[in-house]
Amino acid sequence: MFGYYLELALRSLKRSKALTALMVLAVAMGIGACMTTLTVLHVVSGDPIPSKSQRLFYPQLEPRDTDNGFYSKGEPPSQVSWQDGMALLKAGRADRQALMTGGTAPVQQDGSQAEPFFARARYTTADFFPMFEVPLRYGHAWSKAEDEARARIVVISSVLNNRLFHGEDSTGRTLRYNGVTLQIVGVMKPWRPHPHFYDLNADSYADTEELFMPLSTSRDLHGPRNGSRDCWGQGGKVQEDVLETANCTWMQLWVEIDDPEKVADYKAFLTHYSEEQRAAGRFKLPVNVRLRNVTQWLDYNQVVPSDVHLQVWLALGFFVVCLVNTVGLMLAKFLRRSGEIGVRRALGASRVAVFAQLLTEAGIIGLSGGLAGLVMAVGGLWLVRQQPDDYASLAHLDLPMLAATFAIAITATLVAGLLPAWRACQVTPALQLKSS
Amino acid sequence: MLDIRPILSTLKRHKVTAILLVLEIALTCAIVCNAVFLVRQRLDWMAMPSGIDEANVVEVRPVNIGSTPAMHARVDEALNALRQIPGVEHAALANEIPFGGESWNDGIKLDPDVVTPAMHVTAFYGDNLIDAFGLQLLKGRNFAPDEYAWLDDITSGRKDVVIPHVVIITRFMEDRLFHGNALGKTLYYGGEPMRVVGVVGDVARPSIADRSLTYGSMILPVHMSEGLGATYVMRTAPGQSDAVLKAAAAKLRELDPNRVIQRKRHYSEVRAAFFASDRAMAGLLVGVCIALLIVTALGIVGLGSFWVAQRRRQIGVRRALGATRSDVLRYFQTENFLLATMGIVLGMVLAYGINIVLMVFYELPRLPPHYLPLGAIALWLLGQAAVYAPARRASCVPPVEATRGN
Repeated sequence: MFGYYLELALRSLKRSKALTALMVLAVAMGIGACMTTLTVLHVVSGDPIPSKSQRLFYPQLEPRDTDNGFYSKGEPPSQVSWQDGMALLKAGRADRQALMTGGTAPVQQDGSQAEPFFARARYTTADFFPMFEVPLRYGHAWSKAEDEARARIVVISSVLNNRLFHGEDSTGRTLRYNGVTLQIVGVMKPWRPHPHFYDLNADSYADTEELFMPLSTSRDLHGPRNGSRDCWGQGGKVQEDVLETANCTWMQLWVEIDDPEKVADYKAFLTHYSEEQRAAGRFKLPVNVRLRNVTQWLDYNQVVPSDVHLQVWLALGFFVVCLVNTVGLMLAKFLRRSGEIGVRRALGASRVAVFAQLLTEAGIIGLSGGLAGLVMAVGGLWLVRQQPDDYASLAHLDLPMLAATFAIAITATLVAGLLPAWRACQVTPALQLKSS
Repeated sequence: MLDIRPILSTLKRHKVTAILLVLEIALTCAIVCNAVFLVRQRLDWMAMPSGIDEANVVEVRPVNIGSTPAMHARVDEALNALRQIPGVEHAALANEIPFGGESWNDGIKLDPDVVTPAMHVTAFYGDNLIDAFGLQLLKGRNFAPDEYAWLDDITSGRKDVVIPHVVIITRFMEDRLFHGNALGKTLYYGGEPMRVVGVVGDVARPSIADRSLTYGSMILPVHMSEGLGATYVMRTAPGQSDAVLKAAAAKLRELDPNRVIQRKRHYSEVRAAFFASDRAMAGLLVGVCIALLIVTALGIVGLGSFWVAQRRRQIGVRRALGATRSDVLRYFQTENFLLATMGIVLGMVLAYGINIVLMVFYELPRLPPHYLPLGAIALWLLGQAAVYAPARRASCVPPVEATRGN
C-alpha cells in the first residue's frame, strides 16, 4: 500500500513542479538555518571535559582589603594571588591541583636564523596533565620535582611540533621561548577543550596553547603574561617581576576532588584558610569562598555568547514562517485535488487511506527538504567558520546533529501536512462528483 | 472602495488558507521589524567614534626577546627615530589604544574615604598622547614635560620617584563626575590625588564591558616602557600611513634586531577587528530578513496562483457579465491588500511582543514606533509585487471560461 501511495505522491508532486520546488525550498531554508544555528549552539555550550566536569573545581577566595565593586555583588575575585595559589597548591588537600596562568612570547627553533614567531604558552604545575587528561603523543609531562627544580623544559602542542619539527618525535630537542632555550620533554596529541574552560581571560573559545612549561620556570625566564590582573591596596601598582609578593590576583587554580563527599571538606578548608589569613591580617574582607565545578564555572561566566542564542531564536522564527508557508501551499494544493479525492473516496477509499496518502506526500516533501536543508546547513556552517569569532572555527556538523536534522525536517513537515491532509479528507465524495 | 464584500465572502470560503497567509505575513512583519531594529543597533554601535584622528593613526607593537636594560634610553631612541621618518607628525609609546582590546582599568574616587569608586575608567599612558592620537583639548592645558614620570620608576616603589599628580580627563568624565566643571578639581587614582588640568573630547576605551562608560577615559603623564602590550602610536600626514607603517617597523628592527614586531596596523584595522563580530551579526540579520521576505513573497505567489487557477470559472463568469480585465486585476490586488493589512496588524502586536522579550533578555531598547509604519509599507509593497503575476494571469482569463465545465 505504501508503495502505491508513494507512486501517487510522486506523480502529484511532478504535476506541479514549481510548487513542489517551492515547498521543498522553503522547508530546506528553514531546516538549513535551524541546523546551522543549533549546531553552533551545540558546539559552544558543550562540556569541555565530560569525563571530569563534575570532579574539577575552581576555588575562589576573597583576599582584598576593600571591595572596589569590580566584581558582581558579593562575588570574590575570579582569580587567586600567587601567595594564596601557592599555599593551596602546597597544602595538597585535593586529589590533584594545578596553578596556572597564560602568556605569549616569541618562539624560535634553537640555532635557526628564521624570524621568531609569537606563540601562546601556559605556565602551570605538574598536575595539569593528569588532571585535565591531556593526551601526549611523544615523551611525557613533568613531575613535581621538576616544578621545584625550575627545570628548563617544555611540552609542545601537535600544531607547534608540526610547524617546527614536521610532526617527528621532537623530545630531547630544544627551542627558544622569549630568548631562553628550553628542552622539549613531551609532544601533545591534538587537544582543544572548548570552551577554553581552565582560563577564560582570553576568548572563551580560544585555541589551546602551543607551549606548556613549569610555572616556576616561566617566572625565571620572565615569561610575558597574558590575561588580567586585579590589584588592590598599597603596592597595587607593581611590576610584573614582583607579582609573587603583590596584592594582585592573576592566577587560576584548579583542583580535582574525586569523592563527592569530600567537596564540602575542601570548601571548609578554604573557609578555614581564609579565616587564618584574616587572623594574620592579610585578608581584610569577610570570608567569602566559592568552589564551582566546571559546569557551574562556565554558567557563572556566561561563556555562551548571547548572539548565539539570538541566532537560534531567529532561525526558529524563520523556520516557523517557512513551515506556515508550506502548510498554506500544501492546503491549497490538496484542496485543489478535491475532485480526485472525491473520486477515490467514491470508489471506496477510506478516509484513513486518503489521509495516509496525503501524508505520504507531505513526508516526501519533508525528506527532500531535509536533504536540501542538510546541504544548506553544511553551507551555512562553512559561512559560520569564515566569521571572525573564535568559536566559529569549531562549527562542524556531527552525527547527532545530522540525525536531528532529518528527524526535525520530517516531523515538522508531517505536522505541517496534518492540517491540509485532514481538511482534504473531509471532502464529501458526492458533492465533488456532482460539481465536476 | 470597490468590491470588498465579495472579496471577504470569498475569503471566508478559504478561511484556513487565508488565515495561514495572514499568519505568515504577521510573523514576517514581526521578525523583520525586530531584525532591522537589531541591525540598526549594531550599525550605531559600530559607528561609535573613537575620538582620535582615525584616518591618520597607525600602531606598531614591539616585543623584546630577552632582557632589555636601559629601557628609558631605548624608548627615547626609538621615538626620536620614528619622529624622523618622513610623514610622521607625532609619535608616542602608548599603553593602549581606543578599541584596541587590551585595557588598563581602575576605579577612581572623588573622596578617598568612600569605599566604592565613583567610576571605573581606563588610564592612557604615553608621551603627549593628545597630539599622537589627534585629540581635541577643550579646556585647560596639556601636560608640561616636567610633569611626566616613567612607568617602571613609578612601579618600582623607589622612594625618590616623583609620582605624577595631574590628569587630563574626557568631557564625558567631566560631565558625569564634575557637572561640567572639572578644571582644578581633584580625583583619586590608586589612592593618589590627581588634579584635573585639562579636558579633551571623548576618547573611547580599549575594551568596553559597560557601554554606558564607553568614554570613561583619562590620560596620565606617564612615559611607557616597552612590553606589557605597549605600542608605538604614530600620527601621519594624510595619505602617508602605508609608507610610515613600513618604515617604522623596519626602523624599530634596525635599532635592535632583538625587538620583534608583534603587529603593525592602520587604525582602520583596529576598528575592524574590534567590531568584527558585530558586523558579522548585522550581516546575518540582513540575510535572514531577505530570506524571510523572499519566502513570504513566494508563498503569496504560490497561493495566489492556486486561487486564480481554482477560480477560473468564476472569473470567466464575472468577465462574461461585463467585468473588465482591470476589474479582475484589481480584485486580486485588493484581496492581497486586505490579507496583508490583517497580517500587518497582527504582526505589529507580535513585533512589540518580541521586542519586550528582547528587552528583558538582551537589554535592548524599546522598538521605536516609526519601525511599524515602515514595516507595514514594506509588506504591503511586497504583497502587491508578489500578487501581481497571478493577478495578471487572472485578468487574462477569457469570458468563454464561464461556459467550460470546471
